[in-house]
Amino acid sequence: MFYREAGQFKTTYIADQELFPVKQDRWGILLIIGFSFIVIPLIANDYWLQAILIPFLIFSLAAIGLNILTGYAGQLSLGTGGFMAVGAYSCYKLITIFPETNVILLILVSGFFSAGIGLIFGIPSLKIKGFYLAVATLAAQFFFEWLFGRVKWFYNYNDSGAIEVPVRNFFNIAVTGPIATAQTRYVVVLCIVTILALIAVNIVRGRIGRAWMAIRDMDIAAELIGIRPLTTKLIAFAISSYYAGVAGALFVFTYLGSAEVEVFDINISFEILFMIIIGGLGSISGAFLGAAFIVLIPILITNLPRMLGIPINAATVEHFNFMILGALIVLFLIFEPHGLARIWSIMREKLRVWPFPY
Amino acid sequence: MIFIQPFFDMVDDPVLFLQVIWEGFVTGILYSLIAFGFVLIFKASGVFNFAQGIMVVFAALTLVGLHEAGVSAFVALPATILVMYVLAFSVERLVLRSLVNQPDIILFMATIGLTFFLIGFGEFIFGGEPKMMITEELLLPYDSITFFDDMLILQEIDIAASIIAALSLVFLALFLGKTKIGIALRAVADDHQAALSVGVSLNTIWVVVWFLSGVIALITGIMWGAKSDVSFALSIIALKALPVLILGGFTSVRGAIVGGLIIGIGEKIGEFYWGGLVGGSIEGWLAYMIALFFLFFRPQGLFGEKIIERV
Amino acid sequence: MERKIGEKLLGVEHISLSFGGVKALTDISFDIREKEVFAIIGPNGAGKTSMLNVINGFYHPQQGEIHFKGLHRKQMRPHEAAVQGIARTFQNVALFKGMSTLNNIMAGRNLKMKTNLFWQALYYGPARKEEMKNREYVEDIIDFLEIQAIRRTPVGKLPYGLQKRVELGRALAMDPELLLLDEPMAGMNIEEKQDMCRFILDINEQYGTTIVLIEHDMGVVMDLSERLIVLDYGQKIAEGTPDEIRGNQAVIDAYLGVAHTN
Repeated sequence: MFYREAGQFKTTYIADQELFPVKQDRWGILLIIGFSFIVIPLIANDYWLQAILIPFLIFSLAAIGLNILTGYAGQLSLGTGGFMAVGAYSCYKLITIFPETNVILLILVSGFFSAGIGLIFGIPSLKIKGFYLAVATLAAQFFFEWLFGRVKWFYNYNDSGAIEVPVRNFFNIAVTGPIATAQTRYVVVLCIVTILALIAVNIVRGRIGRAWMAIRDMDIAAELIGIRPLTTKLIAFAISSYYAGVAGALFVFTYLGSAEVEVFDINISFEILFMIIIGGLGSISGAFLGAAFIVLIPILITNLPRMLGIPINAATVEHFNFMILGALIVLFLIFEPHGLARIWSIMREKLRVWPFPY
Repeated sequence: MIFIQPFFDMVDDPVLFLQVIWEGFVTGILYSLIAFGFVLIFKASGVFNFAQGIMVVFAALTLVGLHEAGVSAFVALPATILVMYVLAFSVERLVLRSLVNQPDIILFMATIGLTFFLIGFGEFIFGGEPKMMITEELLLPYDSITFFDDMLILQEIDIAASIIAALSLVFLALFLGKTKIGIALRAVADDHQAALSVGVSLNTIWVVVWFLSGVIALITGIMWGAKSDVSFALSIIALKALPVLILGGFTSVRGAIVGGLIIGIGEKIGEFYWGGLVGGSIEGWLAYMIALFFLFFRPQGLFGEKIIERV
Repeated sequence: MERKIGEKLLGVEHISLSFGGVKALTDISFDIREKEVFAIIGPNGAGKTSMLNVINGFYHPQQGEIHFKGLHRKQMRPHEAAVQGIARTFQNVALFKGMSTLNNIMAGRNLKMKTNLFWQALYYGPARKEEMKNREYVEDIIDFLEIQAIRRTPVGKLPYGLQKRVELGRALAMDPELLLLDEPMAGMNIEEKQDMCRFILDINEQYGTTIVLIEHDMGVVMDLSERLIVLDYGQKIAEGTPDEIRGNQAVIDAYLGVAHTN
């Protein structure tokens, strides 16, 4: 009976509106944040940081972005990869043009380029809905895949066609490039993702979040109560693309180290869509849950047979990855379309009366 | 400016222009076939089944796989149709039916998940390497005919593909429009309850739908596979069906044909005459931009039904 | 408490509306005065909902004009109608099914909430102050409509009668001058209807809101409204006070045997 709320009454609306009204939740979150910032950099090994935690955080950020657009505002987008690419390549050009400027600043600025592109591709959303809009976002996806692969200026005329991340420092500590340590990169990503996630949570619980959900649920009714559909959708596109852009920049600069445009192809768009479906549409915490799930599944599939002593080759792992992912998506949509976030809150409900289920 | 130049090039060398249009026409007809697969399922169940694309690949792979396993080509054909029938049946029963009351966006995402599953499953069974379509064994021609002193080259397989595809589309259009079963199918698409109440047997309809979708997937798979290899890259081509459907609407056979031709020819002309000016290979996205452009003027597609929202 | 009926608030002038070949409304004219409760009645399909849709900008009439607060206009976008102070509820409850009661009603306050994106992102500061101020306003409405217990329930899970009450709350949150109610009592039992009547009367008396009501229950109509018009096949066949309408032969004929009182 450690998870009871009895006795925690809210006497002001401010208190009721707080992010974590239940005291145990508040402690839980502070614990997780403290652990992430302090303990993990000290104890985690490079493999965990490089292969699991950093991509997990970056994907969470992209998933938050897509969740804002698709989960909250109800605008299906299959172009996340394209917007991430815009962020990554803007960042690359920015550091080429401004080699002295702080790289973290440039990463945050590159998001604005994505936001601008997002706005442009969001304009059709006034007249076009549902699948049709999804196909418009596919236009963005394929166009940017082409642009950053073919127009040489974007990758500084490299022979390889790839962009390489140079060393950049932040107060004399290497933050990007081959010599930057996993710990440093992890802390940078953690800080950026935490702040942006907090901002997302704030926006979503205020008037803009409600406007998005209204548009998603019934845009005619939303218009009739005074919400402007086009403005609301455009804001969703802009903010969502900003997050995708920053995620894209981080993806190349703090995770991959070098990249060709293919890393941002349609598969990544689908992956992130799957993250928000599994994690829970319309939930910021769901974005994290979904990202964790999808980052961990391939690792599990690779390692589990090995641990059990069953030989399995890399190609088969890939095949099973696709199969399990696809099956999970269908299963989640059939049985729990609100994803892991809903499963988690159901568990918390049960926890409230544990160990007395009646 | 240099972007106007291509127009002059077209006039300068009309035979070349014709060649490009021919190529576009062939591609376009095949797009229409793929699109028709989507239209059929959408008409029957109201679901936009993204996985239709992968079905085409599956059909082609099954055919080739059976042949490799020693089955003769003309036995492998009906065998593949049977396999596709079972596949379509399973998809409808297991996935589509369970999501009957969910909003469209959920259904669409489920079919995306299904596609991923089938890609993994297919690669697992058939292996990931590209395969050759058994065109010879199917008695399809592989020579070419030339006109205008060898300036205009038409591959016989392309001619065959176009004829087969066109015939299929005409047949299907007539089937849906004129026969009893076809009309019943449209009734079911409109309103299940009403159709039931006038005596339409849902089960018969579904059997017809599964069978048809299997046949279409197979024909499409053979034709596409004959032009390029049989591999999972084909599913990207299936994505091209989306702009076609946007132009043509999700429920119109005529639309699928017109949409397919517009996209196919438009793409080829765009790529050939303008592509080089901007770096080449614009076929990847040109179709989507064309569709987007049309959507601005008719958000429901050229042939789609106007969506009237009642409050 | 004396309801002071004021000047003309809304003027409907010679409105004609058709869809393709079907004429939904033919040359309808009437006035609505400030603070009155006005009813539109008529058999099914008479065009009552279409009339409301024209008033709040959802349908655009082929002929005629609407006067509202001194402004003439032929067409208004629904968003503008909301800004001008017109709110409405719908026959088939147009609530945001994915949101809670509280959020639905708070959504009605969106028009009045102005803090920009930067403060929203921060939350602490002006955004929170505005949020709390509007939360208080909405809580007053929740108290008024007696729906405290279902504050956090997703409205999709609520029974129909409660959904209609939440929808009323959302309309009220817009602080409207003119409230259009499309069959607010449909599908309700006696107690729920009594509650709704009470709410409507209170809204009119306490907030001074002008109300236009479509309703089939004649008892309710006769009790609540001061004046009404009767539509049949898109045409106005009578206008007047409840007593005048009760005895009107044309009206009785139009209804052809439908019970007049409950």
